[in-house]
Amino acid sequence: MADHAVVAEDEVDLSRRKFLTRATIATGAVGAAFAAVPFIESWSPSERARAQGAPVELDLSKLDAGQMTTVVWRRSPIYVVRRTPEMVGRISGHDAELKDPKSQYSEQPTYAQNTQRSRTDEFLVLIGTCTHLGCLPKQRFSQGELYPSWPGGFFCPCHGSRFDLAGRVFNGSPASVNLRVPRYSYPSPRTLVVGVDEKGTA
Amino acid sequence: MRTDPGRSARARAGDAAARRTCSLLVAAFMTLALAHGTARAAEEAAATANEAAKFGADWRTWHANTEVTDLLSVQRGARNFVSYCLGCHGLKYERWSRLGDDLSIPPELLQQDLLPPGDKTTDNILTTMPPKDAESWFGKAPPDLTLMMRARGPNYVYQFLKTFYVDPSRQTGINNLRLPATAMPDVLSELEGLKRAVFHDVMTKGEGGQFTHEQVFDHFEIIAPGRLSETEYDGFVRDTVNFLDYVSEPSQAARRALGVWVVLFLLVFTWLAWLVKREYWKDVH
Amino acid sequence: MAVKTATGAPAPLPAGTTAPAKKGFWAWLNRRMPIEEFLATQVTGYYAPKNFNIWYFFGSLAGLVLVLQLLSGIYLTMFYKVGEVSSFDSVEYIMREVDYGWLIRYLHSTGASAFFIVVYLHMYRALLYGSYRAPRELLWLLGMCVYLALMAEAFMGYVLPWGNMSFWGAQVIVNLFGTIPGIGPGLVEWIRGDYGIADATLNRFFAMHVALLPLALLLLVALHLVALRQTGSNNPDGIEIKEKLGPDGHPLDGVPFHPYYTVKDVVGVGVFAVLFAIVVFFVPTLGGLFLESPNFEPANPLSTPEHIAPAWYFTPYYAILRAVPNQRLGALLMLLAVSAFFFLPWLDRSPVRSMRYKGWMSRTALTLFTVSFLALCYLGLQPAEGLYVALARIFTAIYFLFFLLMPFYTRLDPVKPVPERVTYHAH
Repeated sequence: MADHAVVAEDEVDLSRRKFLTRATIATGAVGAAFAAVPFIESWSPSERARAQGAPVELDLSKLDAGQMTTVVWRRSPIYVVRRTPEMVGRISGHDAELKDPKSQYSEQPTYAQNTQRSRTDEFLVLIGTCTHLGCLPKQRFSQGELYPSWPGGFFCPCHGSRFDLAGRVFNGSPASVNLRVPRYSYPSPRTLVVGVDEKGTA
Repeated sequence: MRTDPGRSARARAGDAAARRTCSLLVAAFMTLALAHGTARAAEEAAATANEAAKFGADWRTWHANTEVTDLLSVQRGARNFVSYCLGCHGLKYERWSRLGDDLSIPPELLQQDLLPPGDKTTDNILTTMPPKDAESWFGKAPPDLTLMMRARGPNYVYQFLKTFYVDPSRQTGINNLRLPATAMPDVLSELEGLKRAVFHDVMTKGEGGQFTHEQVFDHFEIIAPGRLSETEYDGFVRDTVNFLDYVSEPSQAARRALGVWVVLFLLVFTWLAWLVKREYWKDVH
Repeated sequence: MAVKTATGAPAPLPAGTTAPAKKGFWAWLNRRMPIEEFLATQVTGYYAPKNFNIWYFFGSLAGLVLVLQLLSGIYLTMFYKVGEVSSFDSVEYIMREVDYGWLIRYLHSTGASAFFIVVYLHMYRALLYGSYRAPRELLWLLGMCVYLALMAEAFMGYVLPWGNMSFWGAQVIVNLFGTIPGIGPGLVEWIRGDYGIADATLNRFFAMHVALLPLALLLLVALHLVALRQTGSNNPDGIEIKEKLGPDGHPLDGVPFHPYYTVKDVVGVGVFAVLFAIVVFFVPTLGGLFLESPNFEPANPLSTPEHIAPAWYFTPYYAILRAVPNQRLGALLMLLAVSAFFFLPWLDRSPVRSMRYKGWMSRTALTLFTVSFLALCYLGLQPAEGLYVALARIFTAIYFLFFLLMPFYTRLDPVKPVPERVTYHAH
């Protein structure tokens, strides 16, 4: 045994060995964690994605009363509806048919947590993505368009979800949550910018 | 120091002495200053005479010595670029917003002073010159300059901007030592001034025994001064080159800063690993 | 008489006995996959010579760099957009717009050069200590195949950024295939997929660089390791440690790979990492050696760079190619220069393996070869004019003479007596 390369056990300081090994492994683990950061971070939206996701401006003077236009912001369709006073009147009176009439469970900024779900009565800004599985709901603004008591709103063709003229979801729809409202503001009375509000840029 | 009648005789005598000392000191100082000034003037005259004889002869040794961490210089360079270069040359791989962030330029100033009208801060820095027109006007579209520093090196650009000279034989009226027969006009001549290049004849013996004549550059001669002095123009070019160095690799400052920590950490780790190795290898005989 | 190893754990049981089953998941797993058995025979039970010196770090480092290149490469593929129009732009996108994209890119570009530095030093060890000699000829040949695959991988990878050097380098090297008699010109068009280096070429090089060659590399490296396991490692003294076994059946001059060489290799990794990090973070272009300046301009079929040179790791062979005034002969000679290494196990007729015990002739030959290889590497980077051409020819001659004369000088060489046991100084 004396001739062997590796010496017998009793000359080994096991505790020092264990300590040093553990210290090295711990340092190595810390290093590995730091080394992982660039790889993980590289998956975040790039500068280009962030640039393409910059706020979008819309000239509202081009939008007629009762009409809707769609702009794209951060790869989502944004519905902008210019509601007539008559359409604003049709937002109320059917709270019992809505799943969440007070918008307690849906996603909207504080200035849209009201009955008309917007800053002003006149303009409605919604993310035009059905909260069920993501199709684009179609506009059905006229009274009685879908069925006699239909107050006007949106109808999603994929699975039949229905939303009113404030984007609130009707009972019986596969969707369970009102349409989402993005952050937006009016830098001037006839200009809408999606993606910017009092808190800054989204 | 007006004489005050209320003061005692001794005080007045003291005042006078003080005045005399003061005058002596002032006189001494002025003599020194005059002497120094004269000496310096003589020195500079001699130097200028020497330099005039060989101004530009050493152009191949001119170094840009870029320093991208000199924020003020890079900011000035950005301003220079927008004013004098952006009309023809783009920086298509860089965004205005990135420029603003890296150079600590607030968005309002960026919009007001640097951004061409109509461009958004998230846009890439593009030149307004349409490439097809550029080709027909200059024979060759002015190249995008984002990566010029990495492709040719800072010294190349520095020397290029400083070796334009008047050349009546060319359509643009100018030529350049760093890039002979360049299609670029001397856009900075209003700042630098105009200079001509003096060549001398050099005879070399060829392989077959014949002699060939070659025009070799000797030195520059200033024809007309520009708005900037020589030192000021040099500073202008250095700032611009500094800016282009930054634009060629915007992450370089962050890279070096991070590198210090990484190397330090790795040194610590290697030391620990070596201790472990030595400990285990005590077993081996 | 329980024998304990340095970690304090029990020594591995003699081969043939089954380990007592542990409880739980580990036992479940080991009944279905031979994990513990693998570790016991290949790691803690694999004995390597105790006298490994600095030259023996480069094998594990090569493995490390392979993993690094795979990781950084796969990540680059997530952002890179192959195409004549998009490749160059997408690389700048990675450098500027992807968070830490610049770091991933530099890891990959530095890794490519590091791979060759490590592999050349790894191969040099074999030349020094005769690691290519019987019974390790197949190990050497597989290693040479890894080298060839690596060269192909690097060449194709270099084309992907689609810079001007990418384009012209591809142009020159692919044209070399045109020198093959008869099939040459057709072959070149077939490789390119177009009448000149074009989008088609770029796309297929991308597919091969990302998928085909990495798989080939992994397979060849695995076979290389299997062959190593079969014969056991050589060592600086060139003697077979398996010829002197102790009563426990293990080589007297061997130590278990784990923990001794795992621990030692980590130090090697650390030192390598420090040097690697210095390059990546402070001098990633290394003055134009690791990232060539002309490649910061997009590919331009109408404008050749002033000096076309391949990356530094190919320049020894490039110098040999240019040394010959005839293109066809030059290409042939270049091919022979790389192939010569394959014949080493049979060219070396020395009675001893290691340079430590060979005579002055072999030492002189190896020194001259080393100088020539380095000189050719330098010359390949210079323009082919004047004195450089003459020097390239001289060093090419020395390069080939190293191989051609080897059967003779290795036999004639006065050798020194080889020791019975390895020479080892505690450290």
